[in-house]
Amino acid sequence: MPRPSFYQEEYYPSPMRHTWTEFQNNHVALAGLWCLAFFILAAFIGPMLVPYGPLQQNTDMLLLPPAWDINGEISHLFGTDSLGRDLLSRVIHGCRITLGSSVVLVLIAMLVGCSIGAYAGMSRGLRASVINHLLDAIMAIPTLLIAIIIVAILGTGLLNSMWAITLALIPQFIHQTRDLVRREFQKEYIVAARLDGASNQRLLMRDVLPNMVEVLVVQATMALSVAILDISALGFLNLGAQSPSPELGAMLSESLDTAYAAPWSVALPGAAIFLMVLSINLVGDGLRTALKKRLLQ
Amino acid sequence: MNSLLTVSGLSYRKNKNSLFGSQELFRLSPLSFELKRGETMAVMGENGSGKSLLAKLLVGVLEPEGGSILLNGEPVCNTSKQRRFSAIRMIFQHSKESLNPGLTLGRQLDEALILNTGMSASERKKQIENTLIQVGMLPEHQYFYRHMLSEGQHQRAAVARALILNPQVIVADEPFAALDPSVRSQTANLLMSLQQQLGLGFIFISHNLGIVRHISDRILVLEKGQVIESGKTEVIFNWPKSEYTKRTIQAHQELISGQ
Repeated sequence: MPRPSFYQEEYYPSPMRHTWTEFQNNHVALAGLWCLAFFILAAFIGPMLVPYGPLQQNTDMLLLPPAWDINGEISHLFGTDSLGRDLLSRVIHGCRITLGSSVVLVLIAMLVGCSIGAYAGMSRGLRASVINHLLDAIMAIPTLLIAIIIVAILGTGLLNSMWAITLALIPQFIHQTRDLVRREFQKEYIVAARLDGASNQRLLMRDVLPNMVEVLVVQATMALSVAILDISALGFLNLGAQSPSPELGAMLSESLDTAYAAPWSVALPGAAIFLMVLSINLVGDGLRTALKKRLLQ
Repeated sequence: MNSLLTVSGLSYRKNKNSLFGSQELFRLSPLSFELKRGETMAVMGENGSGKSLLAKLLVGVLEPEGGSILLNGEPVCNTSKQRRFSAIRMIFQHSKESLNPGLTLGRQLDEALILNTGMSASERKKQIENTLIQVGMLPEHQYFYRHMLSEGQHQRAAVARALILNPQVIVADEPFAALDPSVRSQTANLLMSLQQQLGLGFIFISHNLGIVRHISDRILVLEKGQVIESGKTEVIFNWPKSEYTKRTIQAHQELISGQ
């Protein structure tokens, strides 16, 4: 909604707010943001609202179709699976596990990657190069392969697969941050700030970071969609989260046996993953376009 | 009257270091000059003659190879960095580039005050507003970001940034190069009136002979890192000695008489 103001000069949009205004003009991206907000809300408060536990079995109601089917019942909105567990509860719990673990691991990867990258960007010569390419070898191996190696050593589980994906995401953040910091540090405003007497660390936190945040957020959304796909892929392959856990990928692989008799038990968790990844990609893409538009101005 | 800034034997060497030894790229031969309070010295020279390098050495972006810079008779290398940075301030060639795009003007001016003075938040705000008024901007401009200001306002913001710490010497590296003539003379007059009010020493690097003649008391001419001529403005304009100075002054006179 436009601000009800008659005096335009009273309004001083910061660059970040400027990007946000650009973003709001992109309606598809805004729809993606609402969709993502819905998933985040579902992940936070959904488990408190659902009537059944994710592991609670109801043997009277096996393979019940969704409520909109003729044979469905309103007490199980999304139907039940082959053990009589309520699918709606499981999908909502699954959103919490898949989205939550992806967000956590992206945050960790971002924190580690950005610190290493910033340090590499501020140091010079051989040391900068060594730090920068420290984890590059990981980039050559696909995430799934690293995960398989780690799982082979540590055993299967959600936590181990999270470690694997975190490790695989860190190098991207290192490179991005290092390039940004290097580029910004060569600009004249940094020399000017240095002549004010600012130390390197202060320059980084106070002067460079405000100019870097948006690019890092865009990078984080891309990493988030990769993380969600990888977490659920590992769950699907039985390398990540294990069977009774309502992780979306694990749910998919579990209900694959009854896919013909109960297609909804595959389709609904699959749709949840699809929508989540789609909305994150839309938001990331919208942010990137908005940022590009602002920088071109 | 004793001198404000004394530079003696200042030299610098820029090397390209590679695996097979180092190669000399540029060399600033030892140069000396004095600057009195309230005096303006212009530095002239071709591109690549070491003018900007001299400015960087004076403000402390680069460390000189040899020689000394005395401020009020004290070597600046011995005084604390903080005192040096607040006593000698710089106005950059590209004033737009020297402002941070992600911070408001007020935040950037505030940063200089936080780092160099012990003022409280309300004193800092007052000082920022006073300085902005001093350079002919409005106090509201402190909430503006770089992209909302015009070229001339960038220049004024750069002057405000230099002035806010009450410096003794201002080094300006071609501050008017990118401005249109009216704004250029406005800013030049602004700097001159501020100089008269505050008694600043002013080192001024420029190509524009009209402005140099208008505002400077003395001129230093550099060529390939060496001082080829120095003296009073009127003397140099009337009796140039070196080839380069003769040529530029002649070109300047022709331009003026042609108009």
